[in-house]
Amino acid sequence: MSKDKLKTAVLGRRQMLKSVGLGALALAGTGLGSRSAQATPEKANEYLSKMTSGVAGTQGKVTVKLPEIAENGRTVPITVTVDSPMTDGDYVKSVHVVAEGNPNPEVISFNLSPAMGKAEVSTRMRLGKTQNVRAAAIMSDGSVFTGTKEVKVTIGGCGG
Amino acid sequence: MAKKPRVKVPKKASSGDIIQIKTLMSHKMETGVRKDKKTGKLIPRKIINKFVCKFNGKEVMSADLHPAVAANPYFAFFAKATESGTFDFEWTEDGGKTITASGDITVS
Repeated sequence: MSKDKLKTAVLGRRQMLKSVGLGALALAGTGLGSRSAQATPEKANEYLSKMTSGVAGTQGKVTVKLPEIAENGRTVPITVTVDSPMTDGDYVKSVHVVAEGNPNPEVISFNLSPAMGKAEVSTRMRLGKTQNVRAAAIMSDGSVFTGTKEVKVTIGGCGG
Repeated sequence: MAKKPRVKVPKKASSGDIIQIKTLMSHKMETGVRKDKKTGKLIPRKIINKFVCKFNGKEVMSADLHPAVAANPYFAFFAKATESGTFDFEWTEDGGKTITASGDITVS
């Protein structure tokens, strides 16, 4: 390994330590080469904390269902389920989905209501490459819960 | 040339049932990062950016979409059947154009 490469590797590790200590960041090192218009775990974190207005999320309650391997990244089914009774007093206000390896981190934001009776939403998304997909749920009392799922993508689906 | 969206709302339900609603909208969802192969120019973004589902005028679920949502946006979600009525669905495209659909349910 050349000296230059070593430097970037070390820098990458430091940045990683500085950023929020979410376990999902283990992948950060691999993305360093492609600096262009690309979402990174840091950017995804930034976007999520903007959506939750700074409240740090607790892991749990949120299940992100995606296939282990997505052969075609153009359309990948995703289901987000939140463990909540969905009553007038205790429900999920919104669910935000972010992708760590797409050109932009934001995917979709759902606004839920007690009239749903069940906190489960499904849609189909694009995935540019193998990456983590995260979801954050904001509850009616203001607390935030998160869930993560890694997807392996064979053919990316973001064009460009 | 916009094709009609497809919505699936159960026709009948008992009060208190949790029913599933499915919608499928036919739309290209142009991301704005793709390049025209001939000219090399970026194809401008054109996506559905908002989806709203209302029941008898009251919002049940809505979503803000970004380019990472796949073409032909599909949604499946749930609603609690409390009374007979109509589910109204509305999709908003970049540029403000809206497309609507609806489905009736009889609750016994």
